[in-house]
Amino acid sequence: MSNHIEQRTISALVQDKPGVLARIAGLFRRRGFNIASLTVGRSEQEGLSRMTFVVEGAQEAVLKVSAQLDKLVDIVDVKDITESNIVWRELALIKVNANSATRSKVLEIANIFRVNIVDIGVESLTMEISGGKQKIDSLIELLKQFGVKETLRTGRIATLRGTLIEGEEDGVFQSEKDNDNNFITPTYESGSV
Amino acid sequence: MVENKIGSQIVCEALLNEGVDVVFGIPGGAILPLYGVLSQYEELRHILVRHEQGAAHAADGYSRSTGKVGVAFATSGPGATNLITGLATAMMDSVPMVAITGQVGRAAIGSDAFQETDITGATLPVTKHNYLVMKADDLGEIIHEAFYIARTGRPGPVLIDIPRDVFTELGNYDSNKQVSIPGYTVPKNAENKDVQYAAKLINKSNKPVILAGHGVIISKAWEELKFIAEKAQIPVITTLLGISSFPENHILSTGWPGMHGMAYASLALDQADLIINFGSRFDDRIVGDVSRFAQRSKKIHVDIDPAEINKSVRVDVSLVGNIKDVINQIIPLVEKNTHTSWIKHIEKLKNDHPSLEIPKSDHILGQEVVKKLSDITNGDAIICSGVGQHQMWAAQHYTFTNPNSWLSSGGLGTMGYEVPSAIGAQVGNPDKLIWSICGDGGFQMTLMELATIAENNLPIKYAILNNNHLGMITQWQGLFYEKDYQAETYTGNPDFVKLAEAYGIKGIRVSEKDQVEKAIIEANKHNGPVLVDFVIEKVDDVYPMIPAGQSVNELIEGPNNV
Repeated sequence: MSNHIEQRTISALVQDKPGVLARIAGLFRRRGFNIASLTVGRSEQEGLSRMTFVVEGAQEAVLKVSAQLDKLVDIVDVKDITESNIVWRELALIKVNANSATRSKVLEIANIFRVNIVDIGVESLTMEISGGKQKIDSLIELLKQFGVKETLRTGRIATLRGTLIEGEEDGVFQSEKDNDNNFITPTYESGSV
Repeated sequence: MVENKIGSQIVCEALLNEGVDVVFGIPGGAILPLYGVLSQYEELRHILVRHEQGAAHAADGYSRSTGKVGVAFATSGPGATNLITGLATAMMDSVPMVAITGQVGRAAIGSDAFQETDITGATLPVTKHNYLVMKADDLGEIIHEAFYIARTGRPGPVLIDIPRDVFTELGNYDSNKQVSIPGYTVPKNAENKDVQYAAKLINKSNKPVILAGHGVIISKAWEELKFIAEKAQIPVITTLLGISSFPENHILSTGWPGMHGMAYASLALDQADLIINFGSRFDDRIVGDVSRFAQRSKKIHVDIDPAEINKSVRVDVSLVGNIKDVINQIIPLVEKNTHTSWIKHIEKLKNDHPSLEIPKSDHILGQEVVKKLSDITNGDAIICSGVGQHQMWAAQHYTFTNPNSWLSSGGLGTMGYEVPSAIGAQVGNPDKLIWSICGDGGFQMTLMELATIAENNLPIKYAILNNNHLGMITQWQGLFYEKDYQAETYTGNPDFVKLAEAYGIKGIRVSEKDQVEKAIIEANKHNGPVLVDFVIEKVDDVYPMIPAGQSVNELIEGPNNV
């Protein structure tokens, strides 16, 4: 077995009860798994929350994560969806320096990335971007020349696609491309100032 | 029927509805309201222990020896934290238990109140599940859920923490409500295609062995195990906790392998072409170096816990299900077989590597005491043990013939388990002969429970294999720490006979070899608890031995091969 560190995406439906997060966090800690990101929110079913984890570890160890998670009584369902056909998103709020001299350049980049401007001030503006990790990373990289004051990123949320398309699923890049293309449609309307 | 009761009454009635007839506990401030109603429920026998660890181990011993869920009570703070070793012991060995702890009043939670501790937080890693109950209305449902979780699937301990004012609050209790836990599944049968593949592997193999673990005992599958082993003539190796899942006087019984197991068992496991693992988790004490473990064999792993599959050892086919049900699925597909040459080979291994030869000594040896005990009791007693050399000698030299007659802390390796676990075993099996084989080290970790034994006149027989040493520590320091002996000698041991007598318990000291038999017979005849202090040889290592993390190639058969 290789010791190659990889990332896996796990989707779990959990009881919406106090202490559930502590149980899960405790399990990750004592089994030596690292959480790269974790998002939690109420699900469509009453009394249940959905969590999406991105976990990191040696392949052999990470493969056991969902089996261990499933043993927690408060976890209703858990799926390792890394190899599945999934749609995923991350959301980021980025506050970047933008004065009268640079604002138009910043807005130009914002336009190309199709981000929403959610706040604007004399010396800075804040933009909202959702999409794949690489897209967000690229934007932040581009904005660094102006001075990024604050970056706030959520973890990944992911769901299985409704229509399963047969064919090559080329890991991160393929999926990210898909995600970024899809991004043109509804989500980008949803941000509001 | 829905009834209005106070929390304490709901607890007692829910326990009675779960069939609980005995609890082990000790009161304290936060749990006093529960003790306040015990007199209303005489069917609920309360056994007052002297330390909460004793309550947990006694509940564990009761549970292992009866198959029922053991129950322990403790108060908040130190009472609850004292349970933790017992919970961890039960967790590691998959023992169903429910612990009920008092908690400070709801308003005081989180304020660092007197005797407050976050016990649900503290016990997360050592319980299968736990609860903090914030409403008396929830009590009944949670208690039934807790018992269900404790005893189903892979069993384990569940803790219920109840604030003092929830015990006194009025609440509804509907005893007919069905337990429903979304997403909690209890595996029963394995997938048919996997069963068929497993059966094919069994029918094809020439050198199969069964590795029978604790799962066989937990699922009470000893009859099924015997049937399948006899039908296909497959030698049966047990794990340490699988001991007594298969009669050791049976021709197919092939001992137990691993760190201090019989050499022939380790060799048979290594030489087999198929390992059929029924309910063992391939523990590191058996496997050693994973990369060199039993490389010649295909492996079938039957386990109720899917997370155990491929956790340490990679297997060729996994059957997730209840051991008893899965063996019953396999039986009709397995062809009769004789495996004559393989069984002959195993007989040769047994002859060439007898493993259990007792060294010559003028002093009493632990091995001899166990051997005599086995002969005199005809392998018919329930044996408890602590952890260390005495545990290994007990497991090696007692010939277990009855199912589920060996209680030992295998996973956690809890010294001191031997004293209170025997209490639970005797309470659960009042007519059985219980011998607890103890070391002088572990015995002193829980000896305060002698008071509990005397108080309840439990006729347990304790055999202390007393070498005034932490024997296994001495052995390891001798073998692996260049004989740099540190903190291994007990110069301040009490006179154990006088100690027993101080508690009103019969004490016998045995210093001469020829007195061993007489003392055991005398203890058996005595109608009450007995403590026998066997003064044994000071330094006597346990063999065979495979050092930690090694393989069968590094097996040390005896002191002359070191």
